[in-house]
Amino acid sequence: MKGLYDNEMKIVFASKTVNEAFARITVAAFVSQLDPTIDELSDIKTAVSEAVTNSIIHGYENEEGSVEINARIFANNVEIEISDSGKGIENVEIAMRPLYTSKPNLERSGMGFTIMQSFMDEMKVESSLGFGTRVIMRKKIRSVEEEQVS
Amino acid sequence: MDFSYSNEDRLLTVYLTEEIDQHTAEKVRRKIDDEIERFIPRKVIFDFDNISFMDSSGIGMVLGRYKLAKMLGGDFEIINVNKSIKRIFEMSGVTRIIMTREKNNIKIEEKQGIINEKIQKNFNEEEEDEGII
Ligand SMILES: Nc1ncnc2c1ncn2[C@@H]1O[C@H](COP(=O)(O)OP(=O)(O)O)[C@@H](O)[C@H]1O
Ligand SMILES: [Mg+2]
Repeated sequence: MKGLYDNEMKIVFASKTVNEAFARITVAAFVSQLDPTIDELSDIKTAVSEAVTNSIIHGYENEEGSVEINARIFANNVEIEISDSGKGIENVEIAMRPLYTSKPNLERSGMGFTIMQSFMDEMKVESSLGFGTRVIMRKKIRSVEEEQVS
Repeated sequence: MDFSYSNEDRLLTVYLTEEIDQHTAEKVRRKIDDEIERFIPRKVIFDFDNISFMDSSGIGMVLGRYKLAKMLGGDFEIINVNKSIKRIFEMSGVTRIIMTREKNNIKIEEKQGIINEKIQKNFNEEEEDEGII
């Protein structure tokens, strides 16, 4: 925990959709030490909600399991890692296509990954069938940068 | 979540009150469907005024209700969305099929424009009615 990052946190919670709000609010509270704008915070909350929902409804298909979030801050960057030990994704490239969903019956729209990509600066998906999925996202908080300039 | 229904113009307004994610979307969709099936409205309005957060779960939730309302012969409109929610609806193509109005930080002139449009529309409708008689 020393040296690499300015700050770091980790939460683990049960794969229940009721925890989606808990997860995004907790990450937002952690990120708020960088003094983000309302829009930046809203983007982060949305991206976290997408990844956490995916772990719960796709990774564990609403079965028991746990979702882990690691968040790190270095300078004015935030890195958020969301992982599950669920069923994994067979083809990440296909899964990431806009409007692709394996669960249209749940009224899913297939826009989760597209939203994560466009609301964050960087997004990476690592997945292994039968073992789980990890989504890593990064965003630079610009309000801090602006303050330093002025 | 609250509903209001006006018998006169068969207008069902759904006032959403909770942040929209998979959890809350699942909770409310059945209730909204029940109201739509009960009234078979001429128009359903989703009012997002109290909603500051929505993730992609809201897309399916809205489209599902839109399809039901359409199937029963009604129109559908989304009002009072904030910028970030509007963006999600735009990205997913919702705004191309459902009239979506942003929250009212629009200028007075634009507002007056909308009011004028409404007055004009009512006027035209009245004329049409008279025509039928
Ligand atoms: N954590 C995960 N575990 C297993 N499958 C996943 C996971 N996240 C995403 N997927 C797969 O990728 C698809 C696309 O995800 P997404 O873009 O969020 O759309 P949606 O959630 O609406 O289906 C999902 O339908 C699912 O098949
Ligand atoms: Mg998703």
